[in-house]
Parts: sequence; C-alpha cells; structure tokens
Amino acid sequence: MTPFPLLAAAMLSLSAPIAGPAAGQMTSSAPLANTQLADPQQEASAQALMEELRCLTCQSQSIADSNAPMAGDMRHQVRSRIAAGESPEQVRAWLVERYGDYVTYRPGLDSATWPLFALPVLFLLVAGVILFRRLGRRGE
Amino acid sequence: MKKLWLIIPLMLFALFLGVAAYQLTQPRDTLVRSTMIGKPLPAFDLPGATDDAPRVASGLFADGQPRLLNVWATWCVPCIAEAPQLEELAKRGVPIVGIAIRDEPEAIAQFLEQYGDPYAAIARDDIAEVQLALGSSGVPETFVIDGKGIIRHQHIGDIRESDVDEIYAKWEAAK
Amino acid sequence: MIAEIGLAALWLAAGLCALQFIAGVLGVREAGADGAVHPVSALARPAAVVQGLLLLVAFACLLRVFAVTDLSVSLVADNSHVDKPFIYRLAAAWGNHEGSMLLWVTILGLAGGLVALFERRMDDRFMKAVLAAQAFIALGFLAFLLFSSNPFARLNPPADFGAGLNPLLQDIGLAFHPPTLYLGYVGLSVAFSFVVAGLVTRQAGPELARVMRPWVLAAWVALTLGIAAGSYWAYYELGWGGWWFWDPVENASLMPWLAATALLHSVSVLAARDALRTWTIMLGVVAFSMSMVGTFLVRSGILTSVHAFAVDPERGAFILGLLAIYVGGGFGLFALRAGALAEGKRFALVSREGALVFNNVMLSGILAVVLLGTLYPLAAEALGTRVSIGPPYYNPVSAIFAVPMLLVLLVGPLLRWKRDSLSRIAVPLAIVGALLAASVTVLLLFTDAGVLPILGLAIAVALALASWLPLRGRKLKRVPLALWGSMLAHFGVAVSLAGMASETAFSIERLVAVEAGESVAVGPYQVTLQEVDPVAGPNWTALEGRLAITGGGVDTVLRPQARYFTDPPQSTSESALLTRWDGQFYAILGDAAGEGRWQLRLWWKPFVTLIWYGALLIALGGLLSIFGHLRASARSRRIREEVARRRAEKALL
Repeated sequence: MTPFPLLAAAMLSLSAPIAGPAAGQMTSSAPLANTQLADPQQEASAQALMEELRCLTCQSQSIADSNAPMAGDMRHQVRSRIAAGESPEQVRAWLVERYGDYVTYRPGLDSATWPLFALPVLFLLVAGVILFRRLGRRGE
Repeated sequence: MKKLWLIIPLMLFALFLGVAAYQLTQPRDTLVRSTMIGKPLPAFDLPGATDDAPRVASGLFADGQPRLLNVWATWCVPCIAEAPQLEELAKRGVPIVGIAIRDEPEAIAQFLEQYGDPYAAIARDDIAEVQLALGSSGVPETFVIDGKGIIRHQHIGDIRESDVDEIYAKWEAAK
Repeated sequence: MIAEIGLAALWLAAGLCALQFIAGVLGVREAGADGAVHPVSALARPAAVVQGLLLLVAFACLLRVFAVTDLSVSLVADNSHVDKPFIYRLAAAWGNHEGSMLLWVTILGLAGGLVALFERRMDDRFMKAVLAAQAFIALGFLAFLLFSSNPFARLNPPADFGAGLNPLLQDIGLAFHPPTLYLGYVGLSVAFSFVVAGLVTRQAGPELARVMRPWVLAAWVALTLGIAAGSYWAYYELGWGGWWFWDPVENASLMPWLAATALLHSVSVLAARDALRTWTIMLGVVAFSMSMVGTFLVRSGILTSVHAFAVDPERGAFILGLLAIYVGGGFGLFALRAGALAEGKRFALVSREGALVFNNVMLSGILAVVLLGTLYPLAAEALGTRVSIGPPYYNPVSAIFAVPMLLVLLVGPLLRWKRDSLSRIAVPLAIVGALLAASVTVLLLFTDAGVLPILGLAIAVALALASWLPLRGRKLKRVPLALWGSMLAHFGVAVSLAGMASETAFSIERLVAVEAGESVAVGPYQVTLQEVDPVAGPNWTALEGRLAITGGGVDTVLRPQARYFTDPPQSTSESALLTRWDGQFYAILGDAAGEGRWQLRLWWKPFVTLIWYGALLIALGGLLSIFGHLRASARSRRIREEVARRRAEKALL
C-alpha cells in the first residue's frame, strides 16, 4: 500500500485492506466469518474473544474490526471452535501456540510480560507512599 | 534523600530515550513468525487443486521424505515472482506441496500454465484453516517439513534467487 | 512568488526567535547586582510579537498555495488535487507532515506573542526567562521546519495533477482535529516555559500558578475537544462502531491530557493554598514532555498503529533530538533546582488539598499505566519478543487507579481547604453513598453488565448529583464563575462516563446477509434493506444501501455507503447513523454475499452520544473557569490599583 504522507499527532487512519471490488480474493468465504452463531451466549463469548485477537495482516486492529480476508478466516475459526464446545481460552491458546503472544491483546503472565503486571503494583505502592507522606502529617 | 528523588524523572526519561533511540536505528520488522517450528505439522485433509484431483492430507508428509510446503495463491503478486525459484528447487529434486489459499480451480490451472508447475501436489484451502494452523500470516510463505512431519523452517515472503541455496540447505538438513 | 514570501517569513521569524532568546537570556542574567538591565533584553517582547505575525504570514502563504493548487510547490503536488472541494484543499495544507509542523510553529509563535503582549503580572526578570524558554522551543521546531521539512520547497517541473489527500481525511471534523490538538500542545509548552522560568528565577509560589492557570486550562480544553473529536471521527469514519481502541496514537493524545488534568488541579492548589510546589513544577515538565513523546511516537512510526502517519525514521530522529534537549533539559533543571524550592504549606488528610493530592496521584497512576502499555511493546521488541497490549490490559489496570479517583471525586469538592471533617459533610456524604449503593444494586439485579460498566454507571449517577453539591449553602448569584466551570466539568465527566459504560454494557450488534426486501430486528428497530444502488460524488463512486428503519417511534431511511476513491485509490465504509435521544443506530454496508444478498453490520448503541456530549460539557466547564479566573484576576488588579491610588492621594494630603 502506498504510504500517503499524512499528518500525525492526530488520529488518522489508513486502515489496511478495506475490501475493494477487484484485486483477487479480497474477502473471506469462510461460512462463519460474517455470520453470527445462533446461540446468543456462544456468539457473545466469541465476539468478546474476537475483540481481543490481533488481525495479523493489519496495522493494529482486532479481527472483530478488520475487513481483511485473513481476519474473516480467523473469525470463522473462533466461531466454529466455540460452537464445537471449546472455551474461549482454549481457542486463544490454540492461536497463541501458533503465533505467539503477539496475536492476543490480552498479555498473559510470562517471562516476557511480567513487568506489565509488576510495574502497576509498584505504581500503586509509590502512590501509597506519596499519599502517606503528603497526608500522614497533621496540618500546622 | 529528597535530592535523590528529584533525579528519578530524569533517569526514567533517559531510559526511554535510550530505548527509543535504539529502536529507531533498528530496521522495522513487521513479520509475524510462526511459533510452530519444531512442532509436528497439524493434521489436515484438503481437496486437490481441481475437482477431479486427489485430496491432499498431512499423512503424506510422514513417509521419511522431507518436503517444502508452499503457502501461495493465484491472486498474490509476489507468488508470481517466486515461481522461477520454486521451479529451480523442484529441478534440484525438492518435492514441493502447494496450499492455495482462497483460490479457484480455473485460476490455479491458468496460473500453472502461465508460470510453471513445480508442485508435487496442490491442495485448496478456501478458508485458510491450514494456513492458520501452521501459524502462517500471509502469502507466500514456505515451510520445510522433515520426513517425520516436523516443521523445521519457515520462510516468509517470496523466495528470491538469493534465498534458493539457503532453503535447499534447510531441506537437505531436514533429511 | 507566494511560496518564496512564505519561506522568507519563516527565515525572518527564525532570526527574530534567536534574537528573542538572546534578549531573554541577557534579561535574566544581567538584572542581578545593580538592577541595570542589558539594553538588548528590552527587545524580547517586541521580537516575540513580530515573530508571531511573521509565522502567521508564512501560514497564510501556505494556505494560499493550497487554495489555488499551485502544483509547482511539491507539498501541494503530493497532497492536493485540483478536483477536490475547496474546503478540503485548504485542509490539505495541514493534512501532511510539513504543513502540520508549520501550523504547530505558527500557533506556538502566536501564543508567544500573546504572552509577550499581555502578561504583566510577573516581574520583568521572570518574563525574560519565560520568553527565552519560549524562543528556545520555537527555535528547535523552526530549525526542524527549515532544515528537514520545508513546506515551500518547489517542484521542477510542476506536477500535472497532484496526488490527492487520503479520502479518510476528507472530513470536516477531521480537518479541525489536528489544529485543536496543536492548540493543546502549544498551551502545555507555554506552561512548560513558565515552569522553567519559575525554576530559573526560583519563583514557584501562587503567582506562578495564577499566570500558568489560563494556559493550562486552555491547553486542557483544547486537548479535551481534540480527543473527543478524534474519537467521534474514528467512531463513524472507520466503521467499526468503536470509540476508543487504546491504539498507540490514541494513547499518545491521551497521555498529555491526563498530565494536563493532573496539572490543572495541582495548579489550583498552588494558586489557592501555596501547597504542592515541587509536584506542580514536576507536572508542568511532565505534561509538556508527554506532548513531545506523543508527537515522537506518532511521527517516527516506531509503534504499529492503525492510525497511519508520515512514517519517517529520519524525522523521528530529529524529533527525538529535540525531545532529548527540551525534556531532558526540563527534568535536569528540575533535578538541580527543585530541591532548593521552599516547601509549600501543609494540610490535613481530610481537606480539599488532600482530595486533590489523591486525585493527582491517581491520575499520575493512570498516566503511568498508559505510558507503560504504550511503550512496553517497544522495550519488548528491543529484547527480541513481541507483545500486543490492548483493552483487556488497559481497562482493568487503569481502573485500579480510576475507580478510587472517581469515588474521591464524589466528595472532594465538598471539602474545605486546609482542614475539614467528614462529619461536617455527613448529610451529602450519606446521600451520595446511598445513591451509589442503590445504583449498583439495581444494575446487579436487572442487568447482566460486567463489573466495570456497573461501577461506571453507578459512579456516573452518583457523580451527576454530587458534582452540583458544592452549591449547597451558597447564594446562587454569588457563586463564582470558576466554580460553575468546575462543577460543569465534573458533571461532564459523569455524563461521559455514563455513555462509555452504557455503550460497553448494552450495545446490540447484528451481522446479517440479507437480500432486498428482507428485514431484521436490532434492538428497538426493524431494519429492512430496500435496495443497493450505485451513486457518484465529486471524487468518488459508491454503492449505497437504502435501509428502512421502523419501530420505536421511528420511520426513516438510512443510506450507508461503500465508497471507492480514485485520487488516491482507496475504499472506505461510510457509516449511516440515526441519532436518538437515547442512543444511536449505526449501520454499515458490507460486501456482496452472493445470491443477491448483502452483508450488513448493524448496531444499537444506547446512550453512546453521551460520551461526546460529556466531553463538550467538560470543555465548556474549562472555558467558564478560564473566564472566571481572568475576570477575578482583572478585578483584583483593579482593586489593588484603586487602593494604591487612594494611598497616594492620602500621602499627598
């Protein structure tokens, strides 16, 4: 895709393949790519999971938001696996096994991601100390 | 003690500056690599390239013979670019199994006629299920599968002339 | 010719900027011993004013070359097209890297001119330091513009057509989104200059807070509007129905806002009570650095974002250099000088200051979480792994800090300065607490919403009432304008929060493939696809779906489009929205699904519009506060002058 010189600091977009009319196979033909599951509960959990999975061919979108054909095929996998009785976490694990942590927007706790969870705890402690130091004193 | 505290923002900023400057000098790597290397090829059973061609299944890969698994499509321009290199590999005796993503039998036949047919077999993956199971995120990609059906190597993007020897070596090493 | 005039104006402005810097530094250094000021230092103020005007001339020249589509200017050739509507030809002037940098510098110059012209409350040495700091910042960006991003560069031979503007940018809301954000960034840079001057001249008292406050408030209002506009634009233009994605570029605009929110509250503590001196100074540096870090992240393309930009590592390096100088300098000065600042006044746990400190610390916590989440992928990549951090991380982790902050916000404004007791406000406390508990109970019993939406809605209900409680026991006519402003802004927070929680908890989505004549039910509405027709616009063609919406007291037609642009070639989904008092109906036309059927993506989003109405109220509250404070300060100056005059008269007698 041509990199259009755009301004920045602003929220701009040049979203990755929004399905055009030509250019070969631009849409997913997987049955469950754009069809909701009949069971509303299953569809809700599939939808929640799709919002947390990264579209691998896009810039930075969830597969729920992407029109890319691969995102459609991933949606089909998510819906069909959940319809077959798998739990959302099993589906997520199946994808993480193949693509690594990068595919999920919900970072797990492992050797590469522990600071993401340790640092907020540290922030909380620092906040506590600051508050205690500022407020622990009586006014004059 | 108080003075020390005042330096913290500066140090955190220096840390950010260091990481940002380092990353700025690094080439931007946007490839998503499969984490299936070293693991068995996922089981599959797909229809052949044309409606009368035999089905292609993962069992094919467990006969002791290492193979290349080429994920491609007729609608993909880089796939045209890599066709001569696949031809070259096939000439050197490397068996190549193709998986055509979201494709049509007629388009495949036309593509092979036009750009050559290096494939031992071609399967059609209309909903990219095998592609996803492989941890592949685009076309073309090429995997080296050893004789026991274990994934040994992934090549992302089209195979350039300069890549042919490396891929051949990976295939040799998988024997 | 016009382009050359613009370039000349830029160079002249850069020269004046250097002069302003030298004059400012001389003014700071010489005014020590015998009070004799270097004569050159008197030039600082006029240099700032003329520089602002020159930059305005340069920007006008840029507008002019875009308005007439002068294709011999390479920026115009790259970003505009003769066929475009006039307003978008103008907007294209700042819809690119060079033009937007020029706009940034122009706003910076105008702000510097305003400070030089009108700010007379502080002593001369302090003002020289402010003007020197302003000039130092402007100098860096002018150098950036002149040496690596010249917007007036000529193209030889001229282009025949022009490449056009990304169609997603051809939108009136977006045309005014970047200038608004820049206004915010510039406001924070002015606040930064004041803080630097405070450190240099060792003045960090309430006077500093009072002169900073209008700039901080103005920056904050602009950032609020800028973020809200950007969010609404992403909501209807990107066609995914989402209003916040925690995308790096969105975070880059949120972080300065969080810092500015903290800063404006600590500034009011400093102004009213002379407490939190060091903290306020630090936030002043942090807020400006966040706007710089955000600019760097967005411009350098160092992070993967859905919102694309002029990805150019070379320019990224330039911005990183400026960042190192300004922010490094700011924090360095802070480390050197802040220890020498006199500590501010103390206060008790239960007091207005206490609540505001809590608010500040929690806002800083949220800021730290957003910063961590945004930068972590960068650090991880440097270490060889890749991670994605999205809503499932940001939402709960930032809520750890946001929920306590919002709970304290319910009562904080009721407390008195210095020291108070909870028993004094027992009645309002009980009312707000009961309202909160009742809301949580009702939501738990009658909905299946998640934890965060329930907390959000309950707090929103309680805050909608609590934000007006400071009126209790006051005569309405004597309530100061600034207090109206803060109550309105807090009420806006409640409104916005209600919208976010409601959209998250109660949205209904339907994804269907229907043929003409078929209908489906979405929330309270019955939606029928009547037809899909081709339509043509000035520089695009589209397929337009005609959807009849009935039910819920509505009988109307929506026309979502799938548009195909030619210059440059790109396709977009134009959503169609039906706005009702209780929410929005949102429709997207997807692809043909075979057998004459079309994909439709339909949502009913209850009360989603409250998100942006709330943001408008917040901004309006900020504006009221600015006017309130300016009026109060003008009044107290008049009174001081009056007293001085009478004293002089008495002395004469």
